Amino acid sequence: MSGVRVLVGTRKGAFILTSDAKRERWDISEPHFAGWELYHLKGSTVDPNRLYASQSSSWFGQIIQRSDDGGKTWHQPGTPPGEPTTAPDGSPKGESNKFVYDTSPESGKPLTTHQWYDGTAHPWEFKRVWHLEPSLTDPDTVYAGVEDAALFRSTDGGQTWQEFAGLRGHGSGASWAPGAGGMCLHSIILDPSNPNRIFIAISSAGAFRTDDAGKTWQPINRGLHSLYIPNPTAEVGHCVHRIAMHRSRPGVLYMQKHWDVMRSDNAGESWQEISGNLPTDFGFAIDVHAHEPDTVYVVPIKSDSEHFPPDGKLRVYRSRIGGNEWEALTKGLPQSDCYVNVLRDAMAVDTLDKCGVYFGTTGGQVYASADAGDNWAPIVRDLPAVVSVEVQTLP
Amino acid sequence: MIRVTLPPHLRKLAHVDGEVELGVEGQVTQRTVLDALEARYPMLQGTIRDHVTQKRRAFVRFFACGEDLSHELPDAPLPDAVAKGTEPFMIVGAIAGG
Repeated sequence: MSGVRVLVGTRKGAFILTSDAKRERWDISEPHFAGWELYHLKGSTVDPNRLYASQSSSWFGQIIQRSDDGGKTWHQPGTPPGEPTTAPDGSPKGESNKFVYDTSPESGKPLTTHQWYDGTAHPWEFKRVWHLEPSLTDPDTVYAGVEDAALFRSTDGGQTWQEFAGLRGHGSGASWAPGAGGMCLHSIILDPSNPNRIFIAISSAGAFRTDDAGKTWQPINRGLHSLYIPNPTAEVGHCVHRIAMHRSRPGVLYMQKHWDVMRSDNAGESWQEISGNLPTDFGFAIDVHAHEPDTVYVVPIKSDSEHFPPDGKLRVYRSRIGGNEWEALTKGLPQSDCYVNVLRDAMAVDTLDKCGVYFGTTGGQVYASADAGDNWAPIVRDLPAVVSVEVQTLP
Repeated sequence: MIRVTLPPHLRKLAHVDGEVELGVEGQVTQRTVLDALEARYPMLQGTIRDHVTQKRRAFVRFFACGEDLSHELPDAPLPDAVAKGTEPFMIVGAIAGG
């Protein structure tokens, strides 16, 4: 019987929630990596038991964890469980938490500074992994979006990581600047129809695309309009919060920008605003229905200075026509005195019929709908602040 | 043997309980102790010192013999009591965050 596994990253550990396909009763795991920040966990679509997790702390930095049994046990990829941690000569067997920016001249003279808050040039400094995106074809290949913004890839199951230096080096990198949350590469979308095409987004530089498997990149921000930068229509500098795509239509992208919900019908070459009748078009999360590529979900947040739902009402908004016309989904969600936030990586969908929709809040709740958003219920209520939610539909 | 204490999160990562004992050849300094620690427990690489700069992470402190040695030079000799193993070299997660 099929089922669902929900991977929840929080400020103080990771939790794994499981249910059968009815999605009515949920088992909740003990905390994994208790006390650490789990910015993101995600499973391979090729091998659902292969999970990757980004474990970090302000004290001890970045750790990459991997599970090969669906989250029952974890290990750092360089040091498999039960095996010696060093080779016979005493050297480390793996370097799974080592993210080093590429500064080799042969890879395109990558930049060594970006713009700091005060306008000065600031060295690139690795801080943490925000997002892990497993390959669509190989469980040992996984991409990592990091702060300070860069894209890395591992092809050995997370043991070693190499940067796509052409992204930072594409030309505008020296002008990229951090947003309030840091200068993070938070969205990675692999095109299922074209293995050479990857979309990424950076706060606050904007969205970028490669068509040659990561060697070269181009900004794809035409049509974005951001009043908080000197030139509102600049090629880069936009604070993109999240981009999403439906597998069946890889040329159509949806974007939740700092303000504005946007859509592109030409793989990011140009964007149109689709905020329509939303009560506010500020927000972080955006996702697409698993079976209906024109059905889009957002969670409007009041403003960039008030990170909670308008009027204290937690409402998911759904458009069934690809934007502009939105309906509020409220059944089962708190409609008074609710002042949580829903962060950019904290919404996901399953692929069951009917499509399940899930999101986590900074108040520690994970809400789920087993009917595409018509009805909601909390599947767990009192976790630490939720940073990320991913869903695996199991055979 | 050099005795090293780790904060709870790093003990868990390294799969150890209590103190760690390390053999250090030559002069006993922050650098030689941490090199020996990371050679034995490579999963700790990057958690105490930055991978590239080898500088102590900001919220990690080094204590020994009732002294804060965090700002000592990495190649400065550690106290005799640490070198002789009568006192531990303590790696501590700083109190931060209120």
